[in-house]
Amino acid sequence: MRGGRVTGLLDTSPNLDLVRVLDPDGRVLPDSPFAGSVMPELARDLYRWMVLARSLDQEAYNLQRQGELGLWLSCRGQEAAQIGSVSALRTSDHIFPAYREHAVGLYRGISPGELLSSWRGCTHGGWDPARYRMHIYSLVLATQTLHATGYAMGVQADGADEVVLAYLGDGASSQGDANEALNWAAVSQAPVIFFCQNNQWAISTPAAAQFRTPLHQRAAGFGLSAAYVDGNDALAVHAVTADAVARVRAGNGPAFIEAMTYRMAGHSTSDDPRRYRDDTEVKEWQALDPLARLAALLTEQGWIDERFRGALDAEADDLTAETRRACHALPTPELADTFRNTLVAETALLSQERTAFTAFKESFA
Amino acid sequence: MTAAASPTTLTLAGAINAGLRQALSDDPSVVLIGEDIGRLGGVFRVTDGLQNEFGPRRVYDSPLAESGIVGVAIGLALRGYRPVCEIQFDGFIYPAFDQIVSQLAKMHARSRGALRLPITIRVPVGGGIGAVEHHSESNEAYFCHTAGLRVVACASPQDAHVMLQQAIACDDPVIFYEPKRRYWDKAEVSPGAPDSAEPGLDKARVVVEGSDVTLVAYGPTTRTALDIAQIAAGEGRSVEVIDLRSLSPIDLPTLVGSAAKTGRVIVVHEAPTFVGLGAEIAAAITEQCFHHLEAPVLRVGGYNTPYPPARAEEDYLPDPDRVLDAIDRSLAY
Repeated sequence: MRGGRVTGLLDTSPNLDLVRVLDPDGRVLPDSPFAGSVMPELARDLYRWMVLARSLDQEAYNLQRQGELGLWLSCRGQEAAQIGSVSALRTSDHIFPAYREHAVGLYRGISPGELLSSWRGCTHGGWDPARYRMHIYSLVLATQTLHATGYAMGVQADGADEVVLAYLGDGASSQGDANEALNWAAVSQAPVIFFCQNNQWAISTPAAAQFRTPLHQRAAGFGLSAAYVDGNDALAVHAVTADAVARVRAGNGPAFIEAMTYRMAGHSTSDDPRRYRDDTEVKEWQALDPLARLAALLTEQGWIDERFRGALDAEADDLTAETRRACHALPTPELADTFRNTLVAETALLSQERTAFTAFKESFA
Repeated sequence: MTAAASPTTLTLAGAINAGLRQALSDDPSVVLIGEDIGRLGGVFRVTDGLQNEFGPRRVYDSPLAESGIVGVAIGLALRGYRPVCEIQFDGFIYPAFDQIVSQLAKMHARSRGALRLPITIRVPVGGGIGAVEHHSESNEAYFCHTAGLRVVACASPQDAHVMLQQAIACDDPVIFYEPKRRYWDKAEVSPGAPDSAEPGLDKARVVVEGSDVTLVAYGPTTRTALDIAQIAAGEGRSVEVIDLRSLSPIDLPTLVGSAAKTGRVIVVHEAPTFVGLGAEIAAAITEQCFHHLEAPVLRVGGYNTPYPPARAEEDYLPDPDRVLDAIDRSLAY
């Protein structure tokens, strides 16, 4: 990041300054609008969750390479964007994720087994959204932005003191649903925040081939209040999100946050990013690693010590082990259950098909 | 529940309007979303007066975005609401196809039963009103082919009034087809919440009993079939007419019972016959009562072409002549 700009950006100048709290070496930027929000306890907490998220992510990646998961979409490099934002919400605020928000899910208390179950081929969901106030993943891009908008309209009609947050990526911004949702949210003034992790790549398509107008600018054009933040700066993400959440909760209509970050791994474990992106670019972003940046601040300020590090390492090791254990323990799905869960009330056709399937299978037993 | 009012004569559109009013009054979680449904009362005036009565929050004039209508309805349902969407015309539903097929239909299964989406999508369907392109389509087969949806079509004012309320009360997503060329048909309706004597939303109805041949119709073609039964009676032929009502699931016991009785079945729908609902009905009847059949199950429907310009639609739509011809062919076996 040079001169306040992130590498790989469009030529079009963003109309907002990129909000940062820390420089890439973890020093507090004194002229940052949120410099005053840097607190040791918050910084430690964000760091802890980011370290844990990376452990889970790394182990899931390993499990995929060992054939235990069918696919994994790594969130490596996006931990600050995810933990910084989710930590600015109340637990009663509903979240609509895309499909890479493993750090968000972990923060919300979703277990490693639940997070991995769809990637292992055991479910198409994995958890009860009501329990964690977090919807299941949406694999079809941007569909969840409309669900979040509708949910927020319900919150609005209920007169409830809640906000709704939808995650989307730079690629999803090209979908019709994303644009319908931004417009609809603006028209209805629903209490929804769209948090866009611009990780520069949609599989092999760079952000520059995805849009000409910066996304925060487009959102402002729709009539949302927009923010533009360094997504690898957890404290900046947290501060910007908290600011947006407060304004949306106060009834000032929807908001959009564009967080500039980087997808350090391929799109998925089936992807080969060496075919389309330069190693130098990856190395540049490696130097902007969100965990290292926050660790530098914490170390420099003396806000963490060896004891903290040792305890966190142990916690991360436990989570790694639990991720592996939980993956192996996931139950194989029963096709018969799918017949029962297709509709609330099973139809004659479904029950006939289920009975015939079960009988046929049992005839081989 | 309000006390049942005395029967009154209503158009099919008016019967739906009364059904919507009843649902909005009975259940505060019911909300209507659609294009021009508020101040205008919808392009067919089906929602006439409802925004005045229930306010703009419960009768919501949406941006012109069909995917948005269904996607937002899903969000509202996840919040505990019971949305009723209006898609302005059959041919405008395709922008919402992904939200219907990938999201609405699958959410219950994806969440292993944890999530319910009690959403009704009202769609004026079919041709016969001299409309321009994209305003006369019959696209029910797409949605019948999608697991996780219920698909129904009403044919009479009384059924429209009752089935709509049943659809709204149903905890599954329902695609609710309204035969737009029958919107102005009038008949006596018993207004109010459905009583238990009404058939369930998933049941077909034998509208006219007969013994020589069974006509299976739904939505706009039910009246066509009734007209044909009268003409055929004049020719000494006894035609049984079944209004299918539920297109997914299909009430097979009623169809099979009739097929076993008459031995001859003809399915009549506006949609193209190729891979249409008639094909499924023919296959299911053949599988279940092959030995009772005196003739193959025949289909009369749209051709494998795009819906024609309005001045050619009379030749495209199943009319009495084409169905009577099919009856002749069936009886000739």
